[in-house]
Amino acid sequence: MKIVVCVSHVPDTATRINVSGDGKNIDSTGVTYIVNPYDEFAIEEALKHKEKSGGETYVVSLGGDANKETIKKALAMGIDNGILLKDDSYRDSLSVAKALAAEIKSIGADLVFFGKQSVDYDSSAVGQLTAELLGMPLISVVVDLSVEGSKVTAEREIEGGKEVIETTLPCVITTQKGLNEPRYASLKGIMAAKKKIIEEKPALAVANYVELLQMKRPPAKEAGKIVGTDVSAVPELVRLLREEAKVI
Amino acid sequence: MSKVLVFIEQRNGIIKKASFEAARVAADIAGKTGSEVEAVCIGDEVESLEKAGNFSVPAVTHIKNKDFANYSSSAYASALAEHAQGASATVVVFANTSMAKEFSPLVAANLDAGLAMDATAYQVDSTSFIVTRPVYAGKALIDVKITSPVKVLTLRPNVFNPGEPSDLKAAVTVKEVTNADLRSKVIETKKAEGKLDVAEADKIVSGGRGLKGPEHFTLIEELAEELGAAVGASRAVVDAGWRSHSEQVGQTGKTVSPNLYIAVAISGAIQHLAGMRSSKYIVAINKDKDAPIFQVADYGIVGDAFEIVPELIKEIKKIK
Repeated sequence: MKIVVCVSHVPDTATRINVSGDGKNIDSTGVTYIVNPYDEFAIEEALKHKEKSGGETYVVSLGGDANKETIKKALAMGIDNGILLKDDSYRDSLSVAKALAAEIKSIGADLVFFGKQSVDYDSSAVGQLTAELLGMPLISVVVDLSVEGSKVTAEREIEGGKEVIETTLPCVITTQKGLNEPRYASLKGIMAAKKKIIEEKPALAVANYVELLQMKRPPAKEAGKIVGTDVSAVPELVRLLREEAKVI
Repeated sequence: MSKVLVFIEQRNGIIKKASFEAARVAADIAGKTGSEVEAVCIGDEVESLEKAGNFSVPAVTHIKNKDFANYSSSAYASALAEHAQGASATVVVFANTSMAKEFSPLVAANLDAGLAMDATAYQVDSTSFIVTRPVYAGKALIDVKITSPVKVLTLRPNVFNPGEPSDLKAAVTVKEVTNADLRSKVIETKKAEGKLDVAEADKIVSGGRGLKGPEHFTLIEELAEELGAAVGASRAVVDAGWRSHSEQVGQTGKTVSPNLYIAVAISGAIQHLAGMRSSKYIVAINKDKDAPIFQVADYGIVGDAFEIVPELIKEIKKIK
């Protein structure tokens, strides 16, 4: 059994976002980068699956040298092999997926995990695109998962509830908060990760279909009004919501 | 003539409201690119498909099979991609719901189409297709240009006004298909009983750590019920285990844009603001006058939630 986890390296969610001088990216000055939060659930699930059923685990990330930090974190948590698909340039979701799919195919994965979305571009698409390119079934936004033999049962979050889905291996799963509690890397894990070599190779070159024209700040919201400082302001608030905003 | 398709989503045979927002956008894109527009619904028995006509889409294809009654990502994606290919569609539009978020990228990969997810604006003509979408949970926006011959677009629900429905009825064509790709299928749906979901709600009342304990969320629930609103929560209270993650609003929860968002005892951490700042009207109730939530609020009351909220419930009852 080969298990692949795809991870991205993203700015911390507490980061204030400023647009860079060229208007096409964020200004990374002073920004802390982390493992994409949803990918931690993917890493944990891969490790749990290996502990239960055996197999070999791989972490794959596409990006620049900085992504090695995120790969190392996954290795420290216990993933066996790290692969960096190198490309520093902008890529759209489909071209990322094409490069990942090529790598996953050459590994020969039976089970592939992604975080349900990366918290930078927020497309929530790369896992699904990769699944389709690999010809594997997909279950996204998974909060509960069981794999028995080749039978896969997962619960995924939908509006106002959950749905239970069945499929079979090989398949792609994208993970949501609530699926598990990601472990911390142990000291032993961190030391072992230092000895692991991250395999680096150029990401498959493919054309972008989606060109990034510009990044901009959302329109600033005008400062609102403080209606009051105690309960006596409540009737006025209700009046404003009813007559000015017309929302109640 | 090229064709713009819009996916009409049904669950239990009932069409989702956001699909009509998408229908109106698809009709507009068709108009601006000199294309025809057609709605496509995948399901078994579906009610009122002719309603697509009310939102400027004169033709609906109902791709029908008894196995399509329940959603299946593999079956829906292959059926829609096949139909899109047959119709030589150049654009496929979806509302960005849980269902479409999952299977629209499958359709895009199948059609080798460039895609833009969760769009909040677009600027389209016969030569260029530009889409605006939020990134970093709305802390920034990007304008992207889709350059591939086939394009897939999903629209953030609640952003595009479907407008007044007209009397026009769409012509519905039923296309029975015999084989469904059921490699993955829904075997059960678990409804959170009677609860409105923040991702779909038109009004949201959210509570934060300032409520001091999970038991005080009854205040939030009561206010939400009075307004017909969904209950939301800040990350702090979800992490503390007071509320379920499905209610979390913010960068690692749900990004929402209701007409009314009431933040009670939420200070407004940057990751929370990112998830709700595009709401049309924001009300903040917080003891701390310097709380960042007041910077995005349209209306604020600086005060104790335990005093303000019960009074607010009382006042709202009065006007009903």
